[in-house]
Amino acid sequence: MNEYNFAYLDEQTKRMIRRAILKGLAVPGYQVPFASREMPMPYGWGTGGVQVSAATLTPDDTFKVIDQGADDTTNAVSIRKFFENTAGVETTEETEKATVIQTRHRIPEAKLTGDQIIVYQVPIPEPLRFLEPRETETRKMHSLEEYGLMHVKLYEDISQHGAISTSYAYPVKVSERYVMDPSPIPKFDNPKLEMDAIQLFGAGREQRIYAVPPHTKVVSLDFEDYPFEATKADHPCDLCGAEDSYLDEVIMDDAGNRMFVCSDTDFCRSRRAQGHEGRLSKEGAV
Amino acid sequence: MSAQTQFSGGFDNAPIDAAHAFRAAMTVMARPGEIRLISGAQPPAPLSVAAGTLLLTLCDPETRVHLAGDLDTGTVRQWLTFHTGAPISEAPEADFAVGSWQELGPLSQYRSGTPEYPDRSTTLIVECDDLQQAGAELTGPGIKDTARLSLPNVPALRANAALYPLGCDFFFTSGDRLAALPRSTQIRVEG
Repeated sequence: MNEYNFAYLDEQTKRMIRRAILKGLAVPGYQVPFASREMPMPYGWGTGGVQVSAATLTPDDTFKVIDQGADDTTNAVSIRKFFENTAGVETTEETEKATVIQTRHRIPEAKLTGDQIIVYQVPIPEPLRFLEPRETETRKMHSLEEYGLMHVKLYEDISQHGAISTSYAYPVKVSERYVMDPSPIPKFDNPKLEMDAIQLFGAGREQRIYAVPPHTKVVSLDFEDYPFEATKADHPCDLCGAEDSYLDEVIMDDAGNRMFVCSDTDFCRSRRAQGHEGRLSKEGAV
Repeated sequence: MSAQTQFSGGFDNAPIDAAHAFRAAMTVMARPGEIRLISGAQPPAPLSVAAGTLLLTLCDPETRVHLAGDLDTGTVRQWLTFHTGAPISEAPEADFAVGSWQELGPLSQYRSGTPEYPDRSTTLIVECDDLQQAGAELTGPGIKDTARLSLPNVPALRANAALYPLGCDFFFTSGDRLAALPRSTQIRVEG
C-alpha cells in the first residue's frame, strides 16, 4: 500500500479516539474530550472528522466525503484522496454504496441505512458557546441540564424577527437529556438526525467527540406557539426538478440571474440520470 | 508460565485486526442487544477470545485494567502487560474491568463518572457462559422498538441505568461473541 500506518494515525491515538467514541455512544449528545492530534491539514478543514474516520475505517469500507453536499469540492476531494492514500479504502460518490460517509455541513438526501456510519466535521461543538464563553460554566450547565439560556436565545429571535431565525447549527435535545450542536447543517436536515445509521461527530480544534446512536430521539428545540420548521428555498431544483431537496442559490451573471440547484450533488446527478429535468436542464447551463 | 504463552496470542496485523474488532465493539455499543463476533487475539485461559480481543483493541499504557477473581492470574497479567502495557489496578481506579459477573463484585465500587465528565467511568467486560438475544427487554438509544439480551443481573443493571447520565458501561463476552449495554438503555424484566 504505502509507508503509512493503516488510516494514517498511530494505533495508540486510534485507541484513544475509539474509547472516546464508545463513551460518546453510551451518553448520546455528551461531548467527550479527546486528545486531538495535529493532522496534515489545517484546523477548520475537518481534522476532527478525519480523526474519527481514521479510527472507524476498516479496509473493507467504501468511503464517501461531502462538503456542503458536494463530492467535488476541494475539502471533499482532498479528504477522499487522503484516505485513498493512507488507508487504501474504496471510495465512492454514491451515497447508497458508501459504508462510511464523512460530511461537512449536510446530511445526504438519500435515507441512510443501518449498515452506514456518518461522520460529521464540527467547528464549534458547544451549542452554548456563543451564549456563555467559559468552558467551566457550559460544563456546569450541561451537568445541571440548565438550558434556559438557549430558549432565551430562540425567544429573542422571535421577538426581533417574528420567527426563529436560526437557520443552521440549530440546537437539538438528544434522548431527552443533552442539548447538542448538530454541526452547521441547515435546519432542513434536523429531522433526519433520527436515522438508522450511527452518527459520530468530531471537532478537532475544540478536541471533542460526540455521538448519536441509531433510532435515538433527537428533538429540535422550539416553542409550542412557534414550532420548529425545516425550511428550504421555495423552488424546485433547476437541474433535476426535485422539490424536496435542500437547494443552493447560484448567482449566474451580473444581471442578477440566479438558479437553484440541489446541494447534494450525488442526489441531483442520480435524478438527472433517471431522466428528471428542471427549468434549466435543456439550456445546457451547467 | 512459558514465554510462548506470554508473547503469543496478539494480533497478527494490529491496525487491521483492531479496526475490525473496534467496528464490532462500536456496533454493539451503538445497538444494545445486538451480538457480533469478534476475534483476532488468542488470550490465555480463562480469558475468552472476545474479551482478549477487546482488551487489545482498547487498552494501552493510558488505561488501568482491573482483573477480577479467577482472571487475575500471573499468566493473564503477563499476557496483558506484554501486549498492551496497561497497568493493572484495583476496581475503584479501573478504566476497564474484566471478569465474571460474580467476581466483578458490586457495581458501586467502580467509577461512574462525574456530573461534568460522565465519560470518566469504568467500562466493564463481563465474561458470560452464554449470550443470547433473549431475556430482559431493552429500550432506549440505539434500539428501534425493543431488543432482548440475556443479562446477568437485571436489578443491578437497572440501578446503574437509573444513574444516567452517570454509570458504568458494559460489554458482555462469551467465546467469540460480543454484546454491550450502555448506561442509556432502559431495562424491563421479562413478562
